[in-house]
Amino acid sequence: MLTIREYKRAESLKQAWQLNQQRGSRIVGGMLWMKMQRGTVQTAIDLSDLGLDTIEETKEAFRIGAMVTLRQLETHPGLAQYTGGAMKEALRCIVGVQFRNLATAGGSIFGRFGFSDVLTVFLAMDSYVELYQGGVVPMEEFARQGADRDVLTHILVKKTPLLFHYESVRNTRTDFPVLTCCGAFSPGKESCRFALGARPGRAVIIEDKEGLIDGGITPRKARAFGAYAAEHVPTGSNMRGSARYRSHLVNVLTARTALQLQETSGSFV
Amino acid sequence: MRINIILNGRNIQAETAPDELLIDFVRKQGALSVKRGCETSNCGLCTVFLEDKPVLSCSVLAVRADGKRVTTLEGLKEEAEQFGAFIADQGAEQCGFCNPGFVMNALALFRENPDPDEEEIREYLAGNLCRCSGYEGQLRGIQAYLRWKKEAAAGRDTPPDKK
Repeated sequence: MLTIREYKRAESLKQAWQLNQQRGSRIVGGMLWMKMQRGTVQTAIDLSDLGLDTIEETKEAFRIGAMVTLRQLETHPGLAQYTGGAMKEALRCIVGVQFRNLATAGGSIFGRFGFSDVLTVFLAMDSYVELYQGGVVPMEEFARQGADRDVLTHILVKKTPLLFHYESVRNTRTDFPVLTCCGAFSPGKESCRFALGARPGRAVIIEDKEGLIDGGITPRKARAFGAYAAEHVPTGSNMRGSARYRSHLVNVLTARTALQLQETSGSFV
Repeated sequence: MRINIILNGRNIQAETAPDELLIDFVRKQGALSVKRGCETSNCGLCTVFLEDKPVLSCSVLAVRADGKRVTTLEGLKEEAEQFGAFIADQGAEQCGFCNPGFVMNALALFRENPDPDEEEIREYLAGNLCRCSGYEGQLRGIQAYLRWKKEAAAGRDTPPDKK
């Protein structure tokens, strides 16, 4: 059980950051994962009053506050349009609506959870985190780092022209994923970038460095790229699946996603 | 610490601890329909509305609800009874333990999307677990309720078998 000694609603980001420098302090996002843990939090810091619960959309980018819920991400028309439905597809299987009305974008990203559908979909995008002290950091770099005491305030997504497709495999619908895969494809440049998560470690990026899908994705090229991904993406075993099974899933989901992207881009031409 | 919440339309001011969960707070205030089914934020039984949005009350700190509106099944009696009759008509539930959370989330669905199709119903209610049934009876009950609502709205009011 989680014990909280003191609860503090931060009045400014500066105050939140200062409180968070003390040992035993924790910033509370949606608290869904934190609640599963045992231990004592000396000061629980709540960012609820700092106006971080909105998604700002401009012509060039989305700026997503750390306290925006997964449900807000899932139902945002601009994100749905930009990602071609991939954002919703990534989020809709996370437990239930009531859970997604609590879980936050910031908490999901800051936790850098291995099982995270959220990290997977953001990694495939041209995205960044905005930290109170650390400034703007590319998502890929942030995802590799360990946790520190900075405060994640926003997630930025540049509207780079990309097509997205999301796939996940779950043993049962609302469970943690056994594997997640989000592909991003740039039709003009014919380049692609795939994020694979729940390996079960943190999501990683794989790119087509050998030009396997150059000149348009055919079923044969998609299979070759799937095999390449399975070879290069490290997988491990846990109660949901073995490393061998996961590597097989990397292969299949990567190839399937690549083909789907080709189909979507075809309909765009 | 002292918090103010509007619970089912009633102003409540009461003491809470920094780590008290909303579920325990509202139960102390007499909202006993709100129950714990799993302890892993998975089953949906503890669903309440926080500012009209369905949330898992087992996973929110009571202090976070300070100054906000909280609605439980007790506050939706008429609507819940009306809808519950259709679920009962299908014999959908056996033990009935999951019922309060299921009814709350179904009502949330109807508010958000008054005319959901089967896939939308299944998706919205995926976070409400029932360990007796296969959800088919509940689905039939929901569809019958929605048909009845539509007919009532069109002026052909055929009341449910049980009311």
